[in-house]
Amino acid sequence: MKHGSVLEVSEVSVRFGGLTALNAVSLTVAPRQVVGVIGPNGAGKTTLLNVLCGFLRPDEGQVLIDGRHYRNLRPHRLAGLGIARTLQGVGLFERLSVIENVMIGASCRATAGFWPALLGLPQSSRDERRLRQEASQALDRVGAAGVADAWPGELPYGMRKRIALARALAAKPNLLLLDEPASGLAEAELDELGGLIRELAAETSLVIVEHHMDLMMSVCDSLVVLDFGKVISRGSPQEIQADPAVTAAYLGASGSDDD
Amino acid sequence: MRAQSTPRVLGAALVVAVMVVILSIRLNTFRDYQIAEIAIEVTAVAGLTVLTGLSGQISLGNGAFMAIGAYTTALITLHLGWPFIAVLVIAAAVTAVAGAVVGLAAARLHGPYLAGATLLVGVALPSVANAYPGTFGGDQGLNVVFTTPGFLGVNFPLTRWQAWVCSAVALVTLVLLANLSRSRVGRNWRAVRDNEVAAALAGVNVARTRILAFVVSATCAGMAGALLAIVTELVAPGAFTITLSIALLTAAVIGGLGTLPGALWGSLVIILVPTYATDVATSHGLSSSVASNIPVAAYGVVLILVMLIFPQGIQGGVRWALGLFGIPSAPARPAASVPDVTPRAGAAPASQHTVPARKGSPPESQEKEGTP
Ligand SMILES: Nc1ncnc2c1ncn2[C@@H]1O[C@H](COP(=O)(O)OP(=O)(O)OP(=O)(O)O)[C@@H](O)[C@H]1O
Ligand SMILES: [Mg+2]
Repeated sequence: MKHGSVLEVSEVSVRFGGLTALNAVSLTVAPRQVVGVIGPNGAGKTTLLNVLCGFLRPDEGQVLIDGRHYRNLRPHRLAGLGIARTLQGVGLFERLSVIENVMIGASCRATAGFWPALLGLPQSSRDERRLRQEASQALDRVGAAGVADAWPGELPYGMRKRIALARALAAKPNLLLLDEPASGLAEAELDELGGLIRELAAETSLVIVEHHMDLMMSVCDSLVVLDFGKVISRGSPQEIQADPAVTAAYLGASGSDDD
Repeated sequence: MRAQSTPRVLGAALVVAVMVVILSIRLNTFRDYQIAEIAIEVTAVAGLTVLTGLSGQISLGNGAFMAIGAYTTALITLHLGWPFIAVLVIAAAVTAVAGAVVGLAAARLHGPYLAGATLLVGVALPSVANAYPGTFGGDQGLNVVFTTPGFLGVNFPLTRWQAWVCSAVALVTLVLLANLSRSRVGRNWRAVRDNEVAAALAGVNVARTRILAFVVSATCAGMAGALLAIVTELVAPGAFTITLSIALLTAAVIGGLGTLPGALWGSLVIILVPTYATDVATSHGLSSSVASNIPVAAYGVVLILVMLIFPQGIQGGVRWALGLFGIPSAPARPAASVPDVTPRAGAAPASQHTVPARKGSPPESQEKEGTP
């Protein structure tokens, strides 16, 4: 699977002092594939995303993006490499309007630099118009076109999560990393999210970290189960559901914490 | 800052320019001098309000950038005798470089650490002048020769010309800053201010964005310093104490942090209130020991009143007043606030859900760039 994979994580380990947050984790994402990462709280899911984004340098192992290894991966370079991510929670810019929030996501494809902006050249305003248009399209896509001029703080949680997703989509990524996209959403919104994810999968690859099993089983092509930083199971949703190790991990996590 | 279209900004600048010309002709020399002083203040405060209000970085060192601009002006005028427009460009370039250096050092600092580091710059840099009296003239400073251009005739008052030059520079600065703040550059500043992690993930180079704000702010301060040099015709360390830096920040906050009209309101308050208070005090025949304290007191009272009545500064009050008449100047928006200068417990700005600690981060590295 070396060729043609959008993302390849091999044998990645991350330690925080004595705690091994990730232990030789491997993961491959093919084009237009939806890979789910599940596991109990503290299993290392967000840590895995942080490694993919360059927020954390793995102690061992490596990450290949489009078959290439980036020695000094910095988070702000990801957008240019076609990778976008949403944060666990919301992480919007509270004092930017909704449309401006999404325009930030689109700005990795901006062309006008500092001088045209300073001098107010037409080039800069043309660029702005294009970003604004792309941002509206992204808002449309997540069903948030009506709130373009609102402030994030005025909106309900579910709407804020959509805007965060729109901001990631505005980058037109070919790999989208979603950290708990369903948390805090109402039942009706979950169905919509599922539909949207399947729609997105027609054009991009996705890595989704999520606790909501029904959603994960319905949208993921394959799943990786983490527990205490180790991959304890991987396979199709059916295989995962049938795996007794997975059930045990979840029962262990929700039962007692002495294991 | 809400987008103001280019014609509107240019129109406003033109109106102010015409007002300055009329006022400078009708008023006396002392008022001309005040116009120049206000314009200088506006130039420096506008740069600071962008740095602090938009990019979220506090600076107590902008007085030092003014000093760099002023000394550059004095030295070039003295040794090379270049025309002021060329000197202004050089002064701007030199302070831009100084701003980049400070910005680079400050890029990873936040809150009290940033305030402290810039305070250090504000205190230490002007005293360099004393360390090299041969070059900078020590406490006495350097004299600057500035004259009216020949085409205006010999009878044209120098103070009026100074007022015009300063106002022109201030207005151009305001227009350019307005361009920046409604462009992608300004939006990136605000994004970085609100959430560094999310900004980085959206492709914004956080460090570069923050440094750029410092460069822009320092350049404005440097130009203000150059103007100060040609108006006072003397550049000495006494003019660039830490009080100057604090006055700039005060003006930005009184006017309304992060707003360019606010830079004008704040500057008017800072320049006019003390002189007005002095006038009143002396005309009421107060003893000189009382009268000399009146400006400071008046200044303090105005500061307290403005912040009590309009926590978002005078421009916040202007918006509110315009709203009463149904004139939408900008939609009600979450307030720009003075960046937090209290130590933060963890480091992660991303959201309530973040894990604050950064992997293996030594305690002295004050990185806000936590893991999301
Ligand atoms: N920056 C950090 N410093 C120290 N320990 C950390 C850090 N980030 C995460 N950890 C620890 O690593 C482990 C994995 O955390 P992680 O956030 O990846 O879990 P998660 O699977 O995303 O959990 P959740 O479902 O609660 O979001 C946890 O024990 C956590 O406390
Ligand atoms: Mg997590």
